[in-house]
Amino acid sequence: MSLKSKTSDLKKRMKDAVQGGGSKAIEKQVAMGKMTARERIISLLDRNSFQEYDLFMEHAAKDFDMDKKHLPGDGVITGTGKIGKHPVCIYAQDFTVAGGSLGFMHAKKITKIMDHAMRLKVPLIGINDSGGARIQEGVNSLAGYGEIFYRNTQASGVIPQISVILGPCAGGAVYSPALTDFVFVVDKISKMFITGPEVIKTVLGEEISMEELGGAKVQAEISGNAHFYAKSEQECFDQIKQLVSFIPWNNAKKADPYPKKAPKTKQFNIDEIFPTNPKQPYDVRDIIRALCDDSDFFEVQEYFAANIVIGFARIDGQTVGFVANQPLVLAGALDVDSSDKAARFIRYCSAFNVPLVTLVDLPGYLPGVDQEHAGVIRHGAKILYAYSEATVPKITVILRKAYGGGYIAMCSNHLKADFVFAWPTAEIAVMGPEGAANIIFRKEINEAANPDAVRKQKVAEYKKKFANPYVAAAYGFVDAVIDPKETRKFVIHALEISVNKDVVGPIKKHGIPPF
Amino acid sequence: MEEKSENLKYSWLNINNVKYKTTLTEKFKRRKPYVKKDPKEVLSFIPGVIISINIKEKKKVKKGDILMILEAMKMKNQIISSYDGTIKKILVKKGENVKKNQVLIEFA
Repeated sequence: MSLKSKTSDLKKRMKDAVQGGGSKAIEKQVAMGKMTARERIISLLDRNSFQEYDLFMEHAAKDFDMDKKHLPGDGVITGTGKIGKHPVCIYAQDFTVAGGSLGFMHAKKITKIMDHAMRLKVPLIGINDSGGARIQEGVNSLAGYGEIFYRNTQASGVIPQISVILGPCAGGAVYSPALTDFVFVVDKISKMFITGPEVIKTVLGEEISMEELGGAKVQAEISGNAHFYAKSEQECFDQIKQLVSFIPWNNAKKADPYPKKAPKTKQFNIDEIFPTNPKQPYDVRDIIRALCDDSDFFEVQEYFAANIVIGFARIDGQTVGFVANQPLVLAGALDVDSSDKAARFIRYCSAFNVPLVTLVDLPGYLPGVDQEHAGVIRHGAKILYAYSEATVPKITVILRKAYGGGYIAMCSNHLKADFVFAWPTAEIAVMGPEGAANIIFRKEINEAANPDAVRKQKVAEYKKKFANPYVAAAYGFVDAVIDPKETRKFVIHALEISVNKDVVGPIKKHGIPPF
Repeated sequence: MEEKSENLKYSWLNINNVKYKTTLTEKFKRRKPYVKKDPKEVLSFIPGVIISINIKEKKKVKKGDILMILEAMKMKNQIISSYDGTIKKILVKKGENVKKNQVLIEFA
């Protein structure tokens, strides 16, 4: 055979393989409003940057007539490419081939590209669209999942791992995304659950649709399994591209610097946004926008536990991670969900060399039987753990309320914040004046001829004496009380000064966080 | 999950005796108020069928006695008495389908 005929044989083989499940299956995929696996990779990566591997890998299963079945690429596409010039390893399950079911070779292709990502120290992106385990392959398919989970865990904190749910992802399959750093979902397309509606109906008699049980909205707002929610696959890819621009390739690098830009202070004017009365709400995201470059704040988990706000932004061209109490939602109180949300983000930033900027304005922890029984003690402890453990530069700005345990938890001086700034409106105290006065002066109030008048007077006294930043400043727990308008200047300076921060904790295998 | 900049519905949330003006989340609104369990009631922990009843009303039972068998998911689940006492009322019949958390037995 001549080289030419060998080459044309290769071309033919490639042409067959890239057909995936064939035109009928592709039509079905399109009818569901979904792109094909290959289209997804092409739309996400920089133009002409995708290089595919293992196109000819196929299953070797024999049972249940599997030996007669030819599954191109074994239902998954793997390769490398670039996003905004950042190198990435990527895989996309191909639902048109045997429903994207995961067999031994399918898993082997995934673990192979994962091993690549770890060796090359580049981010890993997994696009999930699969009916689940390939039942015909039995325990081999379970083995495949297990090998993936192990690698997800080993890679955690070394390279960024991104999961994109663009179809069903059910049963054991959900645990790979759950082990990764960021999960993206798309309305009407993503479905995630451990046990589906049918099993729930038979076992518990509860009727629920797939969408209500584990659709994109539910995962983004109620369960918190997802970090980003999009209306379309294209919007989802744009979000991924944006995220990749903010994070470093691996844990030995810093995120790429960008040209410095001033915030849009006309639109986000602290004087106008910020009410000094601690009982009045405002959107803390506008304060973040008043501080960061170009007022461009990329929020993570926008819909879940909205009483705390987390996300990436740049200050003087450098990526920082913002953590901020949100007085607009549940008064910004900490609870089970918001503690989980913040703690995980803090650990992400610390692992990937992203400095943390914390904005504090919270009344404390959310009261309630449901909270106590859901374990607000161990969940709340996660924030303390994450901040104490974090070794990146930690800058805290106390805007208004910093009461009780909430004050300690929100990256206080005591958890080794590098810089704690307070606005003159800050109230650093064990609790709000009303609550404190009622306890401290209970006897005097109760025994007074006019209890209401005495209460009012005592509240005012307490407010004057303790509801300010100066008591904490007198003890050195606050490094500087600052003019709110100068916050950005102070944060930039703090970031510059802490650029060589190098903290090494005590030697240990690993801590035992209150998971 | 539309952009919620306008038409926010504000509520007052009491934390440590201070009332804050704020909005509530869907999840917060959905939370169920705590209901104290009546120790005299025995509830079904899973939906299924009562396939046998081993007790009679007004009779005494001992802690650990098997009161009923509730079949669910092909498993015969024993409903066991958590203490010594007298049965006041049996609220289900043999062969009856029961829901989750349905009251099966009342103790005196």
